[in-house]
Amino acid sequence: MQQELDKLVHEASTTIAACNDLQALDQVRVQYLGKKGLITDRMKALGTLSAEERPAAGQLINTAKQAISESLEARQSVLNEAKLNAKLMSETVDVTLPGRSIGLGGLHPVTRTMERIEDLFIQLGFEIAEGPEIEDDFHNFEALNIPATHPARAMHDTFYFADGSLLRTHTSPVQIRTMLKQKPPLRILAPGRVYRCDSDLTHTPMFHQVEGFMVDERVTFTDLKGILNDFLQQFFERTDLAVRFRPSYFPFTEPSAEADIQCVMCSGKGCRVCKHTGWIEILGCGMVHPKVFEHVDIDTQKYTGFAFGLGVERMAMLRYGVNDLRLFFENDLRFLKQFN
Amino acid sequence: MKFSEQWLREWVNPPLSTEQLSTQLTMAGLEVDAIEAVAGEFTHVVVAEVLKVEPHPDADKLRVCQVNIGKTESVTIVCGAANVRQGLRVPAALIGAQLPGDLKIKKSKLRGVESHGMLCSAKELGVAEQAEGLLELPLDAPVGQDIRAYLKFDDVSIELGLTPNRSDCLSVLGIAREVAALNKLELKRPEIKPVSVTSKDVLPVMLEAKADCPRYAGRIIRGINPAAETPIWMQEHLRRSGLRSLGPVVDVTNYILLELGQPMHAFDLQKISDRIMVRHARKGEQIKLLDGQTIALSEGTLVITDAKQVLAMAGVMGGDSSAVSDVTRDIFLESAFFSPLAIAGRARSYGLHTDSSHRFERGVDPVLQVQALERASALLLEIIGGKAGPVVEVAESTLLPLRSPITLHPSRIEKVLGIAMSPEQVEDILSRLGMNLVVVGQDWQVTPPSHRFDMSIEEDLIEELGRVYGYNQLPNTRPQGQMRIGARPESRLNPRQLRRLLVDRGYQEAITYSFVSEDLQAKLDPEHTPVALANPISAELSMMRTSLWPGLVQALQYNLNRQQSRVALFEVGLRFIKADSGLRQEKVVAGVVTGSRYPKQWGLPATMVDFHDLKGDVEAVLAMTAEAQAYTFSAKPHPVLHPGQSALISHEKKGDVGWVGALHPGLIKELGLSQQVYLFELPLSAMATTRVPAFEPLSRFPAIRRDLAIVVDRTISALNVQETIKKSAPGTLTNLELFDIYTGEGIDSGRKSLALGLTFQDLSRTLTDNDIETAMGRILGVLKSELKATLRE
Repeated sequence: MQQELDKLVHEASTTIAACNDLQALDQVRVQYLGKKGLITDRMKALGTLSAEERPAAGQLINTAKQAISESLEARQSVLNEAKLNAKLMSETVDVTLPGRSIGLGGLHPVTRTMERIEDLFIQLGFEIAEGPEIEDDFHNFEALNIPATHPARAMHDTFYFADGSLLRTHTSPVQIRTMLKQKPPLRILAPGRVYRCDSDLTHTPMFHQVEGFMVDERVTFTDLKGILNDFLQQFFERTDLAVRFRPSYFPFTEPSAEADIQCVMCSGKGCRVCKHTGWIEILGCGMVHPKVFEHVDIDTQKYTGFAFGLGVERMAMLRYGVNDLRLFFENDLRFLKQFN
Repeated sequence: MKFSEQWLREWVNPPLSTEQLSTQLTMAGLEVDAIEAVAGEFTHVVVAEVLKVEPHPDADKLRVCQVNIGKTESVTIVCGAANVRQGLRVPAALIGAQLPGDLKIKKSKLRGVESHGMLCSAKELGVAEQAEGLLELPLDAPVGQDIRAYLKFDDVSIELGLTPNRSDCLSVLGIAREVAALNKLELKRPEIKPVSVTSKDVLPVMLEAKADCPRYAGRIIRGINPAAETPIWMQEHLRRSGLRSLGPVVDVTNYILLELGQPMHAFDLQKISDRIMVRHARKGEQIKLLDGQTIALSEGTLVITDAKQVLAMAGVMGGDSSAVSDVTRDIFLESAFFSPLAIAGRARSYGLHTDSSHRFERGVDPVLQVQALERASALLLEIIGGKAGPVVEVAESTLLPLRSPITLHPSRIEKVLGIAMSPEQVEDILSRLGMNLVVVGQDWQVTPPSHRFDMSIEEDLIEELGRVYGYNQLPNTRPQGQMRIGARPESRLNPRQLRRLLVDRGYQEAITYSFVSEDLQAKLDPEHTPVALANPISAELSMMRTSLWPGLVQALQYNLNRQQSRVALFEVGLRFIKADSGLRQEKVVAGVVTGSRYPKQWGLPATMVDFHDLKGDVEAVLAMTAEAQAYTFSAKPHPVLHPGQSALISHEKKGDVGWVGALHPGLIKELGLSQQVYLFELPLSAMATTRVPAFEPLSRFPAIRRDLAIVVDRTISALNVQETIKKSAPGTLTNLELFDIYTGEGIDSGRKSLALGLTFQDLSRTLTDNDIETAMGRILGVLKSELKATLRE
């Protein structure tokens, strides 16, 4: 009996190994373990044996049955895995095909630059303020200590309207509007569009400025230097960027200064961008002129303040290497998308 | 202000290289804009005398010259210049000379005649841009001397970009004064001695406008030599300052303007009748100026007149009728102080800007007039001869600018600059600048010199301290302040969020000019009259926009013309609308879209963008506000939009706020656009606030959804259907979605089918079938009765 069963198990495992699909495997299962299967038949035949022979024979048959079952299960899992693999293979995609795109847009480089400038100053508690672009003479000039006959007016090339109002030539009027409404301490940043009646290779009749000012009881010129030095180094992400301050003149600040940075194009060696001086003029600044404080009723003995103004397009040109100012207002998608 | 470095060094000669001097000036606030050599680089060019000129045997245009170059033997030089003649002294480049433009002079044969050098023009020496013929030197030019040495060509012109406050530096004297102060050197100021008066001739001078002209000095010089020429050294000084030589009289006045900063004027004495009167122009007066233009004078313009007519616009430009000419024998020299306020803005109001007005409107040293007159007289007598009459000076000294003492508190220096300065430092710096200091208690009383028009308050002095000390020598510090957290309302919508939203939805941000052409403005917003610029740069940029559409459409057009067929742009900016209450400057957001909905790609069908894409974008924008539900879109015609595809956006309380729609096909054609364009515009005020989330409890009971397909007339809007459902539904309706619209087969033409999904849920119980059936029954009933809806079969 032992021999007979061993043969049966051997035959079964050969057949099982030859099965290539689950259906064939199931037939083998029926052939051996089904109701009329070969192993089942042997089980049924146990009844014909004596009570003494029965336990040993039963155990032998069970062992055989278990061996065949294990073979079947092993083969089944192999075939299952093969089937799954085949299915997965059929679902293969070309992962190199581009992903579905709804097309992202982007911010204008001026906005991008302006936000970057804002964010640097917001860290110091500066607040954003805005004002009208069609201004009156008082806010744009008079209150900033630029009376009608002042030679500095010639520097401004103002656009006028028939009623005497004008397009603001700088964002400094926001300084006046803010100080008329709010009292110190003040830390304000005023970004926006400004206009000058000038158009050539290096001038557009509209451009953007960020004016910043701080008024408090202990604000000094050396603080102004420190803040602007840090700002310029962080903006250009060069902590070794050389910054120098030169005396200059603005009617609304005293002392006044212009800040130059070491040319970011040639690292100060001298190139076309810096006109071979190694330095690039980047902003104007100074301590708020006492006459400006008088116009807005701030106590000049108690408070001092600094103010600065910078051109956003210029900052963007230097930061991103743009070589033509006019590109900013042509809105050519090939240009704009470079900043996405 | 442009000047020769050598001229400056005649006055003060610091031990600095040109570059160091330039940096020093820049860092002291006198910004150096340009430095240029006064002549090209060349060698071996000497003063030569033309001894003999003979025609060239084989060339009509060439001459064969015998030239004395200071050697024992003369040399032969072939020359083609028209002005070559016997006796002329000219520069000659000798054999071995190196000229600008890499030109080497070698012995050569010109049409068979050997030439031993080249006679040079100003252009060939890099002295002028253009030249006609040889550079003619004075007849006393030393033959044989190197021309570089003779004309001091190893020099540069330095050009300063002076700020309007530094009128004191609009002269060599002023710059020298500054350089002396910076380097702690003495100024070598040439002594000015009065010339000897050899005639008693005087022209009476009267001041009517005393406040505007508190000092007027003048003198007659008779019998000048009209054939005299300006000496070469003076011509060179003028040239290096950018001025042309115009004859000795004008040259001398220009020279004084550059040297001392005092603008002067010379009149032809014969053209002046009786006297000089300085007054304001009267109504109807006019003057023909030196430059030939005739100007109608506005009342109040300061003028120089004689007994009969207006002779000059004071401090700006002289008149044509009394101008010095080459036959003038007697002159009247003017050296006056005109107050800055009398000149400021005047020249500009006539479109004039002269070296003279530039100085007077910024401030000329009020003590300089007689000195300048004497200096000019001395130079003139030397150059053109003549007999000088006595100086006539009329002054109203009480009206001259007065330099009042300014109180300087030591503590203020620290409060403004950020560093304390020692009294020695303060006194040293200010006195170097010519200020007079008197100690009064803890403070100083500082009186600035007469030439400093920019010193009136304490801060002006503090700037001088910082400036001379060196801004870069000052430390960098960081401000100390009270730290305070400011308000950041969560409900305030930051425009940055709006921009980001549109960017994420595929829009590229544009920035267009705030002024547009009248034509485009009228085409794209015919309902508003724009505000016009009084002095536009061009007609294209002359009207303040009343909508961002003109600029955006223009930008769209620009890109379509450059092979970009898919364009989506937005802009945030002001529009300027005239209103009864005045001008409204409103910040708006606007967008313009054309082309395919998505970038062309393998996984999506290429469909064109349509009205509802744009509406979806606008809805997304409005969804950021606290009250998206308060906005409705209603079909309404707009003059520039497609009549069947334009929607007015309204807010239940704020009223009409904006528009979204397709550009009118007529305009598409008119503007030459090749494809459909969609637009929207909304004011940012509609989006000032955003929603602060407020928690609502979640229902623990199941939601039940019922779909409803109804058929209504096509004219019934989707909004109407949805509103009808909402008002007839119980409060348990938590969501209503419109998921399909169908017209076509199976539906009567003139009717459409809408498929809607209704979701019901209650917070406190499970809804029963009965609840839902009742609700659906009521909704359908209302739809039937109010909208004549039928259930779709």
